[in-house]
Amino acid sequence: MRVLADGDRFESLIESLCVGISRAIAGGGQGRGAGGQNPSINGAGDGWALVGVRSRGDVLAQRIADRLSAERFEGRIGTLDITLYRDDLSEIGPQPVVRTTEIDFPIDGLNVVLIDDVLMTGRSVRAALQSLMDLGRPRRVWLGVLVDRGGRELPVAPDFVGLDLTDGADAELAPGAKVQVMLTPTDEKDAVVVFDEGEGKGAARD
Amino acid sequence: MRAKGRGRPVTDTPAGSAEYHWPHRHLLGLEDLSAQDIRFLLTTALGFDGVSTRSVKKVPALRGRVVVNLFFEDSTRTRASFNLAASRLSADVLEMAGKGSSVSKGETLIDTARNIEAMGVDVIVCRHHHSGAAAHLARSVDCSVINAGDGQHEHPTQGLLDILTIAKRTGRTESFDFTGLTVAIVGDITHSRVARSNVYGLLKLGAHVILVGPPTLLPAAFADMGCELSNSLDEVLPRVDVVNMLRIQFERLTSQAFPSVREYSTRFGLNAQRLSRAKPDLLVMHPGPMNRGVEIDSAVADGPNSAILQQVANGLSVRMAALFLVSGVMGDGG
Repeated sequence: MRVLADGDRFESLIESLCVGISRAIAGGGQGRGAGGQNPSINGAGDGWALVGVRSRGDVLAQRIADRLSAERFEGRIGTLDITLYRDDLSEIGPQPVVRTTEIDFPIDGLNVVLIDDVLMTGRSVRAALQSLMDLGRPRRVWLGVLVDRGGRELPVAPDFVGLDLTDGADAELAPGAKVQVMLTPTDEKDAVVVFDEGEGKGAARD
Repeated sequence: MRAKGRGRPVTDTPAGSAEYHWPHRHLLGLEDLSAQDIRFLLTTALGFDGVSTRSVKKVPALRGRVVVNLFFEDSTRTRASFNLAASRLSADVLEMAGKGSSVSKGETLIDTARNIEAMGVDVIVCRHHHSGAAAHLARSVDCSVINAGDGQHEHPTQGLLDILTIAKRTGRTESFDFTGLTVAIVGDITHSRVARSNVYGLLKLGAHVILVGPPTLLPAAFADMGCELSNSLDEVLPRVDVVNMLRIQFERLTSQAFPSVREYSTRFGLNAQRLSRAKPDLLVMHPGPMNRGVEIDSAVADGPNSAILQQVANGLSVRMAALFLVSGVMGDGG
């Protein structure tokens, strides 16, 4: 197991994610890949919400929400469980655990920032998008991830990224390596770690 | 900005063990399930609650799977509930009736099931008037079997939905630990599969179970399992937290064992007068369909203590969880 980020470095990753999101909310900037033609999230005074994907994205979304509210960006926060929308139910090893989706506000017309911990294949994001659409019709959906690990199998691109491992600047990743985000209070500490292929059982989740 | 309900710790496996894996390809009865299995299934059912309340009441989890409702007995709500549960999981549902089909032309249960299976079915939901029919079926086919009631044996999804209802109304959905809870099941215990499934499940979760009925309809064998037996509802009622009023199944009763309807209603019927002597927050349940004025009075059935309609709603979540979980182990033959 190698540690890619912890301590201050980890905090700075969350910070950079927050900066991107708050800029977009305030209309001062655009997320990566969003292009110049898109209006900011808060354009025309629209409501916005953070929606975290279980089981680390929800903790991450809460962390971001706390930071944003300290800067007086007030929005809603919800949690999405995508187990029932996955296309790989028969392939994943551990027992899929169905938990509740907790979005207790109508998402119709909202600007939603979807939050996940690690982006790899894009399949979780596809499932999360389908799940969101079944709950209503958001005005637009952005994607924020703490780590973009690369290895996409679907045409999915993040709008806000904390740690980008696709440009090769931080570390060379073997194709079988598993990147895992640990977040308090779910985990003992805050860290981004990488398990090389065949190493460690704890790396089984995507 | 802090989300509601964010306080509780996030764990990957509510059932308690990181290594837990749902092990059952069939759901035949609560006798076969461990306490951990029951807790896991009910926690899964909680996850399905939200599907029934949002605008798009459908998830793609069982897309492309086929579920057959094979019912050899009359049923309205169980059948509809399984149909709706399968539909909400995006499975295709085939409705088969025993009556008026090839079964009434002399075909055996197994032949019928094998023919259905040959059509490429993934789950058979079976109700049959013979005890053990679902288990017999499970041994004979390769697909999953869910018992929707077999004779006087078990009705597992009813037991599970009763337990889920109790857990929700008594605030025990985090642990599903029923220690300290006293549940009375009242009626014709001998002929009741609902009672049997409830007894197995409630005892495994730690509840104290009191079975109440006329001596002729109350088998002494239940005492060996750890149940308390009583012939007096009036004596039991003040000390229970939950009372489950079984339906008097007129179609199953032989004349000698059953007192007259009036006598039964006088001694074992739950009316407002009896309710006034119970704990104020007594939870009243009934598996339906009700014989109003016989085992339960309208004032009680429609009153604030009643959880009868919640039971129906919870049944949908429980059946979605059951279909989802048995389908999940189809691949590895477990």
